[in-house]
Amino acid sequence: MRYLPLTQPERHAMLAAIGAATIDDLFADVPAEARLEGPIAGLPMHASEIAVERHFSGLARKNMAASDHPFFLGAGAYKHHIPASVDHLIQRGEFLTAYTPYQPEIAQGTLQMLFEFQTQVARLFGCDVANASMYDGSTACWEAISMAGRITKRNKAILSSGLHPHYVSVARTMARFTGDILQTGIPQLAATTDSAQILAAIDGETSCVVIQYPDILGRIEDLSVIAAKAHEHGALLIAVVTEPVALGAIKSPGEMGADIVVGEGQSLGVGLQFGGPYVGLFACKEKYLRQMPGRLCGQTVDAEGKRGFVLTLSTREQHIRREKATSNICTNSGLCALAFSIHLTLLGEKGLRDLAMLNHGMAVQAAERLAQIPGVGLINDSFFNEFTIELNKNAREIIHQLAARGVLGGVSLGRLYPGEAALENGLLIAVTEVVTAQDIEALAVNLQELMA
Amino acid sequence: MSGLNQSGWKPAMGAAEMADAPTYTGNRALMLEEALIFEIGDGATSGIDLAPAPKVTGRLGGLGRSHKIGLPGLSEPETVRHYTRLSRQNYAIDLGLFPLGSCTMKHNPRLNEKVARMAGFADVHPLQPKETVQGALAVINDLAHWLIALTGMHGVAMTPKAGAHGELCGILCIKAALAARGEHRSVILVPESAHGTNPATAAFAGFAVENIPATSEGRVDLTALKARLGPDVAGVMITNPNTCGLFERDMKHISDAVHAAGGYVYCDGANFNAIVGKVRPGDLGIDAMHINLHKTFSTPHGGGGPGSGPVVLSAALSPFGPLPYTARTADGVVHLIEEADAEAFEREHFGAPLQSFGRMTAFHGQMGMFTRALAYIMSHGADGLKQVAEDAVLNANYVLRSLEDVLDAPFAHSGPCMHEALFSDDGLAEGFSTLDIAKGLIDEGYHPMTVYFPLVVHGAMLIEPTETESKAALDQFIGAMRAVAARAKAGDPALKSAPHFAPRRRLDETLAARKPVLVWKEPDRVEANP
Ligand SMILES: Cc1ncc(COP(=O)(O)O)c(C=O)c1O
Repeated sequence: MRYLPLTQPERHAMLAAIGAATIDDLFADVPAEARLEGPIAGLPMHASEIAVERHFSGLARKNMAASDHPFFLGAGAYKHHIPASVDHLIQRGEFLTAYTPYQPEIAQGTLQMLFEFQTQVARLFGCDVANASMYDGSTACWEAISMAGRITKRNKAILSSGLHPHYVSVARTMARFTGDILQTGIPQLAATTDSAQILAAIDGETSCVVIQYPDILGRIEDLSVIAAKAHEHGALLIAVVTEPVALGAIKSPGEMGADIVVGEGQSLGVGLQFGGPYVGLFACKEKYLRQMPGRLCGQTVDAEGKRGFVLTLSTREQHIRREKATSNICTNSGLCALAFSIHLTLLGEKGLRDLAMLNHGMAVQAAERLAQIPGVGLINDSFFNEFTIELNKNAREIIHQLAARGVLGGVSLGRLYPGEAALENGLLIAVTEVVTAQDIEALAVNLQELMA
Repeated sequence: MSGLNQSGWKPAMGAAEMADAPTYTGNRALMLEEALIFEIGDGATSGIDLAPAPKVTGRLGGLGRSHKIGLPGLSEPETVRHYTRLSRQNYAIDLGLFPLGSCTMKHNPRLNEKVARMAGFADVHPLQPKETVQGALAVINDLAHWLIALTGMHGVAMTPKAGAHGELCGILCIKAALAARGEHRSVILVPESAHGTNPATAAFAGFAVENIPATSEGRVDLTALKARLGPDVAGVMITNPNTCGLFERDMKHISDAVHAAGGYVYCDGANFNAIVGKVRPGDLGIDAMHINLHKTFSTPHGGGGPGSGPVVLSAALSPFGPLPYTARTADGVVHLIEEADAEAFEREHFGAPLQSFGRMTAFHGQMGMFTRALAYIMSHGADGLKQVAEDAVLNANYVLRSLEDVLDAPFAHSGPCMHEALFSDDGLAEGFSTLDIAKGLIDEGYHPMTVYFPLVVHGAMLIEPTETESKAALDQFIGAMRAVAARAKAGDPALKSAPHFAPRRRLDETLAARKPVLVWKEPDRVEANP
């Protein structure tokens, strides 16, 4: 077995050194009735690298890979081009096969990277501080709601209807068990969001308002009015960013008064990966630092006065505080944070801005082209790289028909909001830098034929 | 050849003086200092060439960015060098034995990396139509199948993102099952030796947490546990093998007692590596157990994550597990059961209404870890997995018996250990602690063992060598441990200031926590705000 270095004579020698006759002596504490006699049912014996690779190649071929087709899916996971050097660097064994940096003297690589990542995220979101990552955007969103509850000592959260429905579901799952009260809604196929209703709903019992920016339908709205109203009532504004590339083009939520900004970092460096692993981004105002979940890396000095980095403020965390911790999170998404950070370093300020404007430009062109198709209506006034169109037919069915023609045509609102008749014809279209003019034309032509 | 200097130093140079001599760069040969990206990059530089943006009328809703973000850029060669230099300041499994107890730092096979990166898995979107992702769904479904088979359980929830998220999943299942019975129970019992995530999870889900006492042998005190069970106890969270490296011999009795009192049994399966292929938790009466794919099933830790924490479930808890999940029907099609289809699917196939507690995360879990874990299972097969557990336990016992004469092993008298060996700081010289041994090991070229965990042993040192170490590697590590232990017992002052040879000396953690600097600021701003 290629991964097991012990030889049979060595095993015998070691057993002898231990004073055990057989390996089963070492399992003496396992009661006889709990021991599995014989092999695991149905599991074949060990397999060669060739055999395993062949098996997976076969399965991989059964999937339509995004890069091989005109591709327009988004809704919280975006296809961006990842520079080759990102994947090369994250596969360095010293990053890939290290543990959480609990021994800082021999983990400065990971720690310095995390310090850089935290700074990048804080700046991108317009916040004072950021943590060393969460599992993904959806779990970061619940953690933010839960944190707002601890800060305000209130348990009523208002979730915008523009918040990703999966994020709403995650919050709803948790709230069911914690007793938090969530006010949520279903978005309308309209250019304007539900901010008027949200403003009206904020009161002295509200712990937080959660707004996605840009929202699930791609709409972009100014958060400052809601921030002001929330603050007036002692509530927090939580902004959720599922497409961080947008912040190269539009104002950061922090600039508009958000107290906590969370997001999904998958767009930078991580890739689609069928939904995971992704990387949750979490930033906030400094005054709320001690209520933050997750690991934090901080700067310090060593015994010779040299700058170095350590994990810090761990009195918030489960390994110290146990049931009083701010969260139960332990393993986070460190390697994805590294990929995010490397990609953002390669881009830099100018690159991120250019990338964002390229995304926006392509998306505007696509929106204009699709809006020319009879029976297609563009819902958005404002958007970044993703917008919503309304078809004259059930969009979920159209998506399957497009796929049969080799076009991965977007995310139907029917998939995201099952049973909502008013949204059945809605289709989300994401357009990033990997989309070509020919791809847009392929989508438009096929859509037109299918809708005729 | 006669002039070759085997020591590497010319005696006339004064090796001792040279060792301390400063260099112009601050570097020392292959030990390279590296500045922060904020100190070496700038906002105008980019390592990525992009096509120009098409000229369009912008539709950003009047919210176009006007302020600078402050993100430095580097060219590609500078980027590669920056991160390569940083990487060299890390210890890693690829460099040597990584005996971090409870963390199962085993070799990460590179085949798994290759498989996970195949475009058919890495470059598919979670919301693609199901007919376009049949291979990816098959991977999830196949892995689910083998996890169930390996644990002898009824079902499995694949979406949890790590061990702690899996704990949450299991505890939510328990809460939902109780609610379905119309019961409200408010307490979860957790042994003091448990990992911090256990009590944190129970509290996160709204339970009160109470301790279960341990016996002097390091196991759950069954009598005390039985005495505490009652109508307010929702369940127990027990780690097996436990964090002292011992198998909970009474596990089945514990389960029976908890069930008899109307509660459920959560098992922390972080230590499954010790028993994979040898013991099926389903035979021990367990209701829910997470499996850290980033431990037993070799997916890389990545400097802190990502992980994956599928939760195997008993028949009693399976109906409450999260959405979405996969299911293969007789026609060979793998379905992804989401909110839209769940009610109809469960009525048709299970003849019962939907009871899932809902979604735990946006999409379908850690696909990138599933491919790796499945490749690992297939590579080892039934024979290899059993050998994994046996070698892991053999290696740990070899370490235990090779060190128990120099370090206090509080539970060694009660029999063999499982996959990890536990020692305490008893018997070290006055003023010397577990931390000093850990830092001394760094100078010997090792990552230290887990320190100060579990909490039930003073100055705990938990050593988990894993099965992917050769005997020669173990012998060298044992030699190093013995040498460092001898120094700690003799009170060698140089050990107190170890490490001496790492990229950094001991770091001031108190300073870091007292004056937190969590983001980089331009130097003048730091001076303006002391
Ligand atoms: C015993 C035990 N339980 C639970 C966990 C938590 O798992 P994770 O870090 O994957 O969330 C760990 C790992 O750190 C552990 O060692």
